[in-house]
Amino acid sequence: MKELIVISGKGGTGKTSLIASFASLAESKILCDADVDAADLHLLMDPHISIRADFKSGHIANIDRNKCSECGLCLDLCKFSAISNDFKVNPIDCEGCGVCVYFCPEKAIDFPENTCGQWFYAETRFGPMVHARLGIAEENSGKLVTFVRQESKRLADKKDLDLILTDGPPGVGCPVIASIGGASAVLIVAEPTLSGIHDMERVVQLANHFNVPAMLCVNKFDLNYDLTLDIEHFAKDEGMSCLGRIPFDPIFTEAMVKGQTLIEYNRESKAGHAVKEIWNALSNKLNL
Amino acid sequence: MDGAWGAVAVYGVVSKNDLIERRFGMIISIASGKGGTGKTTVATNLARSMGCNVQLLDCDVEEPNAHLFIHPSFEETEPFFMPVPEVNETRCTFCGKCADICQFKAIAVVNEHVLVFEELCHGCGGCWEVCPVGAIQEGRRKLGVIQRGQSNGIEFIHGRLRVGEAMSPPLIKKVRSFENPDKLTIIDAPPGTSCPVIASMKDTDFVLLVTEPTPFGLHDLKLAVGATQILDIPLGLVINRSDLGDDRVRKYALQRRLPILMEIPFDRQIAEAYSRGEMLVDVIPQWKDRFLRLYDQIQHLSKHQTLNTKYQTQRPSLTARIW
Repeated sequence: MKELIVISGKGGTGKTSLIASFASLAESKILCDADVDAADLHLLMDPHISIRADFKSGHIANIDRNKCSECGLCLDLCKFSAISNDFKVNPIDCEGCGVCVYFCPEKAIDFPENTCGQWFYAETRFGPMVHARLGIAEENSGKLVTFVRQESKRLADKKDLDLILTDGPPGVGCPVIASIGGASAVLIVAEPTLSGIHDMERVVQLANHFNVPAMLCVNKFDLNYDLTLDIEHFAKDEGMSCLGRIPFDPIFTEAMVKGQTLIEYNRESKAGHAVKEIWNALSNKLNL
Repeated sequence: MDGAWGAVAVYGVVSKNDLIERRFGMIISIASGKGGTGKTTVATNLARSMGCNVQLLDCDVEEPNAHLFIHPSFEETEPFFMPVPEVNETRCTFCGKCADICQFKAIAVVNEHVLVFEELCHGCGGCWEVCPVGAIQEGRRKLGVIQRGQSNGIEFIHGRLRVGEAMSPPLIKKVRSFENPDKLTIIDAPPGTSCPVIASMKDTDFVLLVTEPTPFGLHDLKLAVGATQILDIPLGLVINRSDLGDDRVRKYALQRRLPILMEIPFDRQIAEAYSRGEMLVDVIPQWKDRFLRLYDQIQHLSKHQTLNTKYQTQRPSLTARIW
């Protein structure tokens, strides 16, 4: 079983549109949305959710004012300034470290487990899908990403599927690190803009840091040919395969508005052909 | 007093009373939910249009981009560290209290050895507080760097998270520690709605949400609106690539009474200029006035929006924390 994660560094380069198109083209696969912060893949997949469950992780401190003697020890100990002068815990600032709970001389601080999101198992017209939604302002996105990936793996094993197609989050921080560790490969969707190149270079460094094989493709390549060439040269220097170029085309947006993948919406378009070529190259690389 | 308010007064919008009220400056964070909607475009062009007495803080420390447009000359680069335990095993009795208190599995005691997993440590200090023999000291690990510079009157500050490092909020807080109450502060926030975004939006005076009229844009906009509600901050919208996609973002804005303060149509000339790191206001100078008007509206709304009650929004998500 292979696991492919699509990432980009910069947001909005076309990760989700590309994964959705691959969903149209791949055969024996499960879909996984690891962008738990702002999951969008389900908007194109029209999932029929069969399992919906809370995701619990971490704890939040809660001061019982009846027991509190207002000694102020918790205020001194809290490194996150999460306790106000009138001894209330601000749950947004609380990291769940439990230091106040441990040291409170009155044992006045509760430490209940925190529900920080929900995860879903669904059937789609392209096969099974696992996705999640991190609660707004929640922490532990990395843990939810790890959970969603584990669940996808478990189901792929159970159903004897060959491929896990995972939509990754933007950036290079906690959720991205949780998304790529141990994957068969990452596909980086770059765009030929100065921001796109800057962010692509950082995400390539990240993939190298965690020893995950990286491949690359260029979206919206015709917005700037020179920078497209720069990206392709960079990939070559780094020893990464560059799988193809996709032109800028508003039909990606049109397909999205219709709730379809690009392949469903217009597979014979130039962009459609470009995506198919990238998919074929990718299948070869992954020995699918 | 000189400040951003002076700059606004030039355009004849703000009365004398407003000038007095504006004594402590204003912080505008620019966020989006979805990535790639144009946060950096709006943040940099707004800063450039305002001219002097502005500071631009790029809080997208995972992928900072604003400097590619602002071209600051960096005068200072300093490393930023966060606290982690440093164990002196000769003093240690291997009692295991440090491992017991750690909620993040960042310290473990195995066979008369103490293992520290620095990348998991949140720096809460529990282990060195609890250690009965004083064997744990406060050490540090490098999260990234802070760079500070200037560009045509704009004070520019950003953080760059070390690649491979997961913990961005402390670095974001450090960038924000340079907020100057005498200046207009513009914050370029990261995408999403989790802790790094909250760290970038918290305690700001106004959140400008940049969205696009697509299903992905709308879905993530709703999450971002939820986040501003939790923080109880007034907000307004900018719709980028406003002529692509559909009407659902506008309908949503109307329904929830969220003010649309600016629309930027898709223009290949703008997209190509962006790709080269050129600023919208430099390529099409008429945009400068539009950004100044955007600021005037923000200033007005930040004072006159009644928090929360003004939006007829519902609880944004089942799992969101609201107090």
